[in-house]
Amino acid sequence: MKILVPVKRVIDYNVKVRVKSDGSGVDLANVKMSMNPFDEIAVEEAVRLKEKGIATEVVAVSIGVAKSEDALRTALAMGADRAILITAADDVHTDIEPLAVAKLLDKVVEVEEPGLVIAGKQAIDNDMNATGQMLAALLGWGQATSASALEIADGTARVTREVDGGLQVVEVKLPAIVTCDLRLNEPRYASLPNIMKAKKKPLEKMTPADYGVDVTPRLELVKTDEPAARAAGQIVGSVDELISKLKEAGVA
Amino acid sequence: MTEITREAMDYDVVIVGAGPSGLSAAIRLKQIDPALEVVVLEKGSEVGAHILSGAVLDPVGLATLFPDWKDKGAPVTTEVKEDNFYMLSASGKVRIPNWPMPKLMSNHGNYIVSMGNVCRWLAEQAEELGVEIFPGMAASQIVWDTNEDGSPRVAGVVAGEFGREPDGSIGANYEPGLELRGKYVFFGEGVRGSLSKEVIAKFDLSAGKEPQKFGLGMKEIWEIDPAKHREGTVSHTMGWPLGKNAGGGSFIYHAENNQVFIGLVTHLNYENPHVFPYMEFQRLKHHPMIADLLEGGKRVAYGARAISEGGYQSLPKLSFPGGVLLGCSAGMVNVPRIKGNHNAMLSGIAAAEAAAGAIAAERAGDELTAYETAIHEGPVGKDLKPVRNVKPLWAKLGLMGSLAFGGLDMWTNSLFGFSFFGTLKHGKSDAEATGPADKFEPIDYPKPDGVLSFDRLTNVAFAATNHEESQPCHLKLAQADVPISVNLPKFDEPAQRYCPAGVYEVVEKDGKPEFVINFQNCVHCKTCDIKDPSQNITWTTPQGADGPNYPNM
Repeated sequence: MKILVPVKRVIDYNVKVRVKSDGSGVDLANVKMSMNPFDEIAVEEAVRLKEKGIATEVVAVSIGVAKSEDALRTALAMGADRAILITAADDVHTDIEPLAVAKLLDKVVEVEEPGLVIAGKQAIDNDMNATGQMLAALLGWGQATSASALEIADGTARVTREVDGGLQVVEVKLPAIVTCDLRLNEPRYASLPNIMKAKKKPLEKMTPADYGVDVTPRLELVKTDEPAARAAGQIVGSVDELISKLKEAGVA
Repeated sequence: MTEITREAMDYDVVIVGAGPSGLSAAIRLKQIDPALEVVVLEKGSEVGAHILSGAVLDPVGLATLFPDWKDKGAPVTTEVKEDNFYMLSASGKVRIPNWPMPKLMSNHGNYIVSMGNVCRWLAEQAEELGVEIFPGMAASQIVWDTNEDGSPRVAGVVAGEFGREPDGSIGANYEPGLELRGKYVFFGEGVRGSLSKEVIAKFDLSAGKEPQKFGLGMKEIWEIDPAKHREGTVSHTMGWPLGKNAGGGSFIYHAENNQVFIGLVTHLNYENPHVFPYMEFQRLKHHPMIADLLEGGKRVAYGARAISEGGYQSLPKLSFPGGVLLGCSAGMVNVPRIKGNHNAMLSGIAAAEAAAGAIAAERAGDELTAYETAIHEGPVGKDLKPVRNVKPLWAKLGLMGSLAFGGLDMWTNSLFGFSFFGTLKHGKSDAEATGPADKFEPIDYPKPDGVLSFDRLTNVAFAATNHEESQPCHLKLAQADVPISVNLPKFDEPAQRYCPAGVYEVVEKDGKPEFVINFQNCVHCKTCDIKDPSQNITWTTPQGADGPNYPNM
């Protein structure tokens, strides 16, 4: 069985996100970017399935600017066999919307015919949490989202999901889409020897036009704002003082 | 501990550090002979992530590498248009005219740059030439070999080790990394590099030299009101707020995109252990001249890095069996020019030329003495030698005396090639210069207002630094009790104050003081390794990709 893993290059989770002065979005100029952490978990899960002999090939695909190749090289270093880069934007500030990504992935699935797509549940840059679901709808496949455990047996995927108040277990028939939550696994390090080897693994370069997909944005970004600054705290000397301060503030 | 086995890879030249010196060396090697196998290791998550510099760049090194650098699109575009020196008092300023300053201090023909972005660009050029660059891979150990006569030589480095547990044991995701072996190994780690320090000690490279001197540079990037922005303007200040407490001064550079690079350098030879360089920097911004400039603006990045200031007489021997020290791993900053990047690049070029010549002559693993000669007799030596007395005069005479005599000395040196002072000594190391706490008054610093000035931890978030928690602490104490048993009573443990990232704290636990190291906050400036009066702290590299993630620094 072949596994397809879509990965996105996003602003690194360590970076203090900053809104551009004109409010048109987040400033990404010379900012550290890396693979979306949920996608790393997806790659790790796919590679583990290959190591267990359940999968035969892991193909990583990324859609974005040409530099998304970096995220694919990381996936290859982690153990993916080959990669497809779909260059869909010139400017790092152009985000390709979930529907366009899902349409492109639909076409990639048509060509690659994987038995399973493992994706991150969402990208940490825009938190849409939509691509996996949209792809499932386009393909007419089953979907199991936010997986915290995954077992593949007898043509089905058995997926554990962390829901309010406990665990929910769902089974979907393969082929299917599974999206990963944080606790599914702990991704391995991309080791130096493997990064060296990854430079030699095959990477196919495509464009949305090759697949006949229009990636023009359909959503209008109205405004991007930074969260309001938190007001300074106060240290109070006694319970009485606390109560009187709370009363002053009108909360007690 | 179990024996670790590693794969090994052979290269012609292994370069530690993708800064201006290492990348220039890599580029030059490939320009001389494209068949040379060259690898560059960088501990930052990407090239530029750990680069912090003012910076006003003298493009001489860049022009040596690429005579057509302007056409190649180097991010070196903001030419210096105006160059001001101010002497500050708490609320006033006096402009020092440019005419009494020696020509070498003029910034005519220099550029305001983000050195991080220059390095990103240099890395692209290097990769196009076939250099292998591996960011996120920290070189953590030296690989030693033994010559036939039993003497040691550097044969390579270990890089890319990941996944040790906090106690040093091997974790579930452990990756041993690789041994990268080279005919020559170049250390371009910057100031107080951890492996460079080991090499300097092993081969006693500083024997007969003056101790290296340092400064701590802190920098913020501000986006300011376009109406107040004057692209290409360079200002330096001296005097307030450091005053008599410490040597140093500030820089204010108007870069592109309405950004201002503002920073304060504090010389680390200060005696008063109550000096709090970070708070000095914060109060600097409340000076009316600077407050007016920043008002309505936004701080977008923060960082800090130690600077070498010892100059010519502190340069260690640069070559040793199997490799060389580049740039500020040796210490090539020109103090009065407030610049070192040009020398870093020139040193990389000189080392590359020496190594390429040696490899062509089928040599390997020996000393590149041609590099040593090229530095002392070439452009780097010519840049550093005439200004060698400025820093010791500053330390001895204070600010005003050094302005007069240091200025005079630079004039006689640059006009007649001689000095009334000969070559002055630095004397004590910065750690030894620290005086006892009870001899000095504590300094009352104003509380940051959250608008122009910020508390340390808030600002550290703007360095985007991070360290995986489940790894050994990379800040090693030789003796665990020294901070509390010696440094606290004698020096009021200055680590609490000299660290620009708030890594070190003394907290009370069960009524007793306890020393805490928050290594996750570290911005890799190396100040602790330099300034700890007991010389008890050793900065080692954490896992690759950890540390700050500087944009546009």
